[in-house]
Amino acid sequence: MKRSREPIIWALFGGGGMASALFLPALILVLFIALPLGWVESAPFDELQSLVRHPLTRLGLIVFVMLCLFHWAHRFRYTLYDGLQLSHLNEVIAVMTYGMAMVGTVVGAYLIWGVG
Amino acid sequence: MNPKYRPYYPRWYRKRVPIFWWLRKRSYALFIARELTSVFVVYSVAVIVALVLIMNQGELAWVKAMNWLANPIVITVHVLVLFIILFHTITWLNLAPMAIVVKLGDRKVPPAAVLIGHYGAWFACSAMVAWLLIWRS
Repeated sequence: MKRSREPIIWALFGGGGMASALFLPALILVLFIALPLGWVESAPFDELQSLVRHPLTRLGLIVFVMLCLFHWAHRFRYTLYDGLQLSHLNEVIAVMTYGMAMVGTVVGAYLIWGVG
Repeated sequence: MNPKYRPYYPRWYRKRVPIFWWLRKRSYALFIARELTSVFVVYSVAVIVALVLIMNQGELAWVKAMNWLANPIVITVHVLVLFIILFHTITWLNLAPMAIVVKLGDRKVPPAAVLIGHYGAWFACSAMVAWLLIWRS
């Protein structure tokens, strides 16, 4: 009997939902708003640079990107499926959304690993 | 129902539902809005990856990026994105006690404790991000 892929996909969706819920508000507030507006001063530049160049940071970022992309893929798939009533296109939508998440993960991993 | 079996059934009666069915009720609209927060999750992640690449290029590029991010229009968009992501975070964490049943031995941890634990984790992760990125003297 063929094993279902659903548990893996659900784990990626759940992991991405959790990781983005826990980390994104602070990252957006600090990186997109507070630092550009000068509300707070950033850590010294070379310290930040060596932080993102550290292999563990890069690995963590790659996992984060992967989880977030699969979280999007799962939610977007079912929004198209239920929201726009495209259940007859189930296979095409699944291939497109998870496929885009996979491509995004590979591109993201390549770019992030190239840092440093 | 496996869709592949459908051809062998007589045509079912199905009431047609308009495409924008989810605009008819507040709870439905909020459900779709919650699902669409995932688009902004991807946007934020993409910007963060771009910032990582820019940081790797050097301080000049970083300062330029920060100046670009300080543009009032960009800031407005990002404040909106922040609120959308907060909507995702709050709806996600509030669902956690329903999705996760924690057992200690054979006793169930009360859902309220699971909820508080998740909010605690949110606080800890936010503090970690701030501690890593913000100047500390």
